[in-house]
Amino acid sequence: MKRQYNITIFSENHIGLLNRITIVFTRRKINIESLVVSESAIEGVYKFLVVISTTEDQVKKVVGQIEKLIDVIRAFYHTNEEIIFQELALYKVPIEALYESDTVERIVRKASARILEITREYVVIEKTGHIEETQALFEELNQFKVMQFTRSGRVALTRDPIERLSVFLKERDAFLDSLD
Amino acid sequence: MQAAKSLKLKSNYMTTKRIAGSQAVILSLLEEGVEIIFGYPGGTIMPIYDALYDFDRHINHILTRHEQGAVHAADAYARVTGKAGVCFATSGPGAANLITGIANAMMDSVPLVCITGQVASPLLGTDAFQESDVVGISMPVTKWNYQITDSKEIPEVIAQAFYIAQSGRPGPVLIDITKDAQISELDFEYKKCRKIRSYIPETPVDPFKIKEAADLINTAKKPLLLFGQGVIIGNAEQELKDLIEKTGIPAAWTLLGLSALPSDHPLNVGMLGMHGNYGPNLLTNEADLIIAAGMRFDDRVTGKVSAYAKQAKIIHLEIDPAEINKIIKADIAVLGNVKKSLKMLIGNVNENKHDQWIQRFRDCDKIEHEKIIQKDLYPEKPGLTMGEAIRIVADETKHEAILVTDVGQHQMIAQRYFKFKTSKSNVTSGGLGTMGFGLPASMGAQLGAPNRTVVAVIGDGGFQMTIQELGTIAQNKLPVKILLLNNHFLGMVRQWQQLFFEKRYSFTELQNPDFITIAKGFGIPGHKVDVRDDLETGIKRMIAHEGPYLLEVTIEKEDNVFPMVPTGASVSDILLEP
Repeated sequence: MKRQYNITIFSENHIGLLNRITIVFTRRKINIESLVVSESAIEGVYKFLVVISTTEDQVKKVVGQIEKLIDVIRAFYHTNEEIIFQELALYKVPIEALYESDTVERIVRKASARILEITREYVVIEKTGHIEETQALFEELNQFKVMQFTRSGRVALTRDPIERLSVFLKERDAFLDSLD
Repeated sequence: MQAAKSLKLKSNYMTTKRIAGSQAVILSLLEEGVEIIFGYPGGTIMPIYDALYDFDRHINHILTRHEQGAVHAADAYARVTGKAGVCFATSGPGAANLITGIANAMMDSVPLVCITGQVASPLLGTDAFQESDVVGISMPVTKWNYQITDSKEIPEVIAQAFYIAQSGRPGPVLIDITKDAQISELDFEYKKCRKIRSYIPETPVDPFKIKEAADLINTAKKPLLLFGQGVIIGNAEQELKDLIEKTGIPAAWTLLGLSALPSDHPLNVGMLGMHGNYGPNLLTNEADLIIAAGMRFDDRVTGKVSAYAKQAKIIHLEIDPAEINKIIKADIAVLGNVKKSLKMLIGNVNENKHDQWIQRFRDCDKIEHEKIIQKDLYPEKPGLTMGEAIRIVADETKHEAILVTDVGQHQMIAQRYFKFKTSKSNVTSGGLGTMGFGLPASMGAQLGAPNRTVVAVIGDGGFQMTIQELGTIAQNKLPVKILLLNNHFLGMVRQWQQLFFEKRYSFTELQNPDFITIAKGFGIPGHKVDVRDDLETGIKRMIAHEGPYLLEVTIEKEDNVFPMVPTGASVSDILLEP
């Protein structure tokens, strides 16, 4: 059965690694639905979150192939239920919408969104949440003709109390030292 | 000897302290014990070639006629010696010409270190003359690659390249060095790479898994061991032999596992897969236990996966975690170095015999012999067969030669009928099936094993893909024996057209040149055999000849390779005739 999987990849920060990782997906004709890359809590270690829809059998193989890449330290996969995740959306709405009634204000309050910037021409609203929520807000705001809209990729935390990688890195250092 | 040389060189250079990046490349290669480089110079790699000029007594450089020739030669050198093969190419077309050979090495887990020149770093991305993004192009077909733009990185990156190429499951690595990094200076100091934080070459073997595997082996009634190239790469030939002798388990080989176990070993039951032997294919679907050692269940081995050994438990001994459950689910997966896992298994298994089970293989052999092998090896029809030529070459070289093949019908026939006594004696393009591999590979095999007879068996199609390497063979006086099996067809494709496309021979017939005259033009003597009476003397003359030699044998035009597991069929539906 196909479902959404979140693949977390911890890697060294090397030029070209993103390319190597995406090749693992493109070679198997798997579409990347969301991709976020940034430095992790551990200095020098980068964290990728890749969201794909596939079967568990396939995601296991893909994670195996990613872990095989020399500069990848570790990769994991989780279902949506196993993680806490958010996306960020920004909406630019004409300023008249705010002046003419309190609808925009009510929508913003109800959606737990916030206003980032107000100028003479427009107001910028920010909302974090799942795609259904940010999309619903877009539909509501669009009665005022949204001028620009953008949504980020997904960021996520596991439900584990600690970042598994820090434990793993310690173990690996000890293991590699034991090989000498 | 090499170590002494390199120490001396180092001390000479240490006094000079600062050296150019190009010199650092050569010194780094010497530190890694490199004795031979296959390559082709050009604009952006000229500083490295200039540095090499001073080291011609320490490193042998073989100038091939095409970069593809260099990379295939380096590949074969690595297969025969177990050390990384090294090749050089310039940027742009030179680097691009390596790609087929790198892909070939990647598929067959061959350690290569390819060094390419690149345009100077300020020109990167400007579509400069002979610029190509070789790091990008080679990414899907390398184990690792890296672009050096600063000469200071050279020693460390080359050390990592050799470590990555040769450790764990080996593979090709490419280092792209910009011209300015070759020219600028650095303080040279070399330290071999021993570990990389993000890379675990092999995991320690889990003794509990060994115990579980041994329990299955001890209770199995119809066990079958399948061995692949992992046994050869891991130098585990003796452990394989000890395990099967202790347990009495019959063992069958994949294409690349061939030569790991002597051909005449009583427990060697033959070849797996599409054109493998009848017994091991048929009985794969009767065995109650399959022990896969250093092999990856390639589709040419498994046939239809959903009908593959469903009745059997599977033990998979494998170094690469990504191979576990990739194609065939393992009941017990033993991760780690196959030499270690086999050794641990030997200590945990009981002595046993499986005479009745082995008799089943013998019975199959008898059927295959009557229906196919006898006719292949001792034909009664007038046309010559590939099988009889291979049989005579194998006998005349006392089963001690290194066999190099190209890809196609002749390859399958050669693998089936050539006999081996020692490991690392079979050099063939397995996973990628690269036509044109044979001739350049024979050069690398000969240079890797200068005291052994190297026989290159090649078809008329593949021969013309890299025929220019006759020039390299002649220039370097490499005593390669080239057995050209000429059926004037792209034989394997023609066979499929006959069997599956109603004999519609779409673009498979070849009008060939006079190969003997071509070889003569390169300075290589040769002889053409058209009739059976001339075959044995022709082969004897080739083997006895001191230098390189081309023997062309005219083969029956429309012969087929059997047995055959048709694509999409189960291994037990193997055909003995059309």
